[in-house]
Amino acid sequence: MSEAALLASRPDLAAVAQWVTPGARVLDLGCGDGTLLKYLWEARQAPGYGVEIDDAEVVACIRNDVNVLQLDLESGLSAFRDASFDCVILSETLQTIHRTEQLLREMLRVGREAIVSFPNFGHWQARLQVAFGGRMPVSTTLPFAWYDTPNVHLCTLEDFEALCARLGARILGRQVLNDGRQVTFMPNLLGSIAVYRISD
Amino acid sequence: MNAPQAPLEPGGSVGAVQAKLAKFDTPLKLKGGGVLPAFEIAYETYGELNAERSNAVLVCHALNASHHVAGFYADDPDNAGWWDNMVGPGKPLDTRRFFVVGNNYIGSCFGSTGPASLNPATGKPWGADFPVVTVEDWVEAQARLADHLGIGRFAAVMGGSIGAMQALQWALSYPERVRHSIVIAATPKLSAQNIAFNEVARQAIMTDPDFHGGHYYEKGVVPTRGLRIARMIGHITYLSGAAMMEKFGRQLRRAALGFDFDVDFEIESYLRYQGDKFSSYFDANTYLRITKALDYYDPAADHGGDLSAAFARARANFLVVSFTSDWRFTSQRSREIVKALLDNRRVVSYLEIDAPQGHDAFLMEDARYHGALRAYFENIAL
Repeated sequence: MSEAALLASRPDLAAVAQWVTPGARVLDLGCGDGTLLKYLWEARQAPGYGVEIDDAEVVACIRNDVNVLQLDLESGLSAFRDASFDCVILSETLQTIHRTEQLLREMLRVGREAIVSFPNFGHWQARLQVAFGGRMPVSTTLPFAWYDTPNVHLCTLEDFEALCARLGARILGRQVLNDGRQVTFMPNLLGSIAVYRISD
Repeated sequence: MNAPQAPLEPGGSVGAVQAKLAKFDTPLKLKGGGVLPAFEIAYETYGELNAERSNAVLVCHALNASHHVAGFYADDPDNAGWWDNMVGPGKPLDTRRFFVVGNNYIGSCFGSTGPASLNPATGKPWGADFPVVTVEDWVEAQARLADHLGIGRFAAVMGGSIGAMQALQWALSYPERVRHSIVIAATPKLSAQNIAFNEVARQAIMTDPDFHGGHYYEKGVVPTRGLRIARMIGHITYLSGAAMMEKFGRQLRRAALGFDFDVDFEIESYLRYQGDKFSSYFDANTYLRITKALDYYDPAADHGGDLSAAFARARANFLVVSFTSDWRFTSQRSREIVKALLDNRRVVSYLEIDAPQGHDAFLMEDARYHGALRAYFENIAL
């Protein structure tokens, strides 16, 4: 897949990929069908492993010739040694994790740096739906009804940055997207997806 | 590949197959210190070895199976190979693309040299004098078979259970001769509980009055009772409790409880049937040796118990598969293997299949399991 194709189909993954240096050792947590890892290998010669729990996605990874480990992120990253990766990625998965703090600490333990992307619950549409509709928000980045969602820990940019401070993690970079475009003005209100690069 | 690709239906059979025998006259030094002066290996092959000799896959069997992996015998059409759902044209291990070698390990009772074979020194069956062989010894013997077949390097070595130990050991004994090691329902070493079950099975055999210290062939008897119990114990450990409950529950074999010691429950009947069947074809001396080979296997032992250090020499890519309901070799044991491979930065994928059948799940047809294997094999470049 070309960079342009990735940008068109998954701008959030393109934003993540932008921070992966050529040849970096990558661990992609919640890697889905391995699209990002395959891209990183082809475009950056960055070798890596994906972690995924879903059976169909795991088989898709193998079909994509991507190394995949069927492990549960909730039980931590004990399979991986300290600082054994240049970059640990958690893309669009943070909001589904129960033990959020533990996982972020583990990511900072096994990786030199971490890249985390998540849907921004502070986006104006979400705010409007709660404030004036009186209902839990449903949108393209938050497509689930409240009673049937894998999302358990939704947060805003401000919330995530507060957690980073609490964990003593440094924010090395931030990209905020809306409809695939970078947002620089009032990102916590106008951005629907946030991508952070952090280290300890 | 050079064989024409016939448009076969997916999931076909390799058809009628023939077992072959390879003879080796160079003595085989064994890990336990003994020597096999000469030996034979029974094997079958399916598909064609390509001109580059790059498409060979060695399939290693578990406790009670043999070199008969796929297809059937012309004179015994009901005798399908033990992994016929995995190996064949259009199957996950596709014989239109790969040259598959099934082999019977030494010490077995299905054609390769074993305790029932004649000891050249005495002209009588080896019996109790047949040495205790190990997983490492099996791999040495299989390497001779590979030489015999002109296979320098396997595209993959694959197995389940003890077969998986062989697939692991190949990557350690001959790192340069294995491109992919496919390790299914495995453990890097047996637990105390695993060894305990094996010891009960051995005791059942060795205390059978017909065992005669292992020299029962010349007495014209077979320690059937011991073998039967050994198999019944083994069978309990191959199934999950849930699978057994689902299959048999507390269903009765007769109209009401008998208040005697004949068969009341279906599960009793099933175990007796499995025990009877097994003891009619399996050799007790072989059973003792295979369970010892299992107990002894521990590649980390020479590295101070450090499995990661043991795997430092591996060069293969790995696919590790475990089954959640397998309580004999649990998923945790497979994750130990995965961790050791990650520590060495090996290329590895790991699947944890949520299957209900227990240890035996590796023999079952499961869309996720077979789909993953199929995809993995398709990505092996030839």
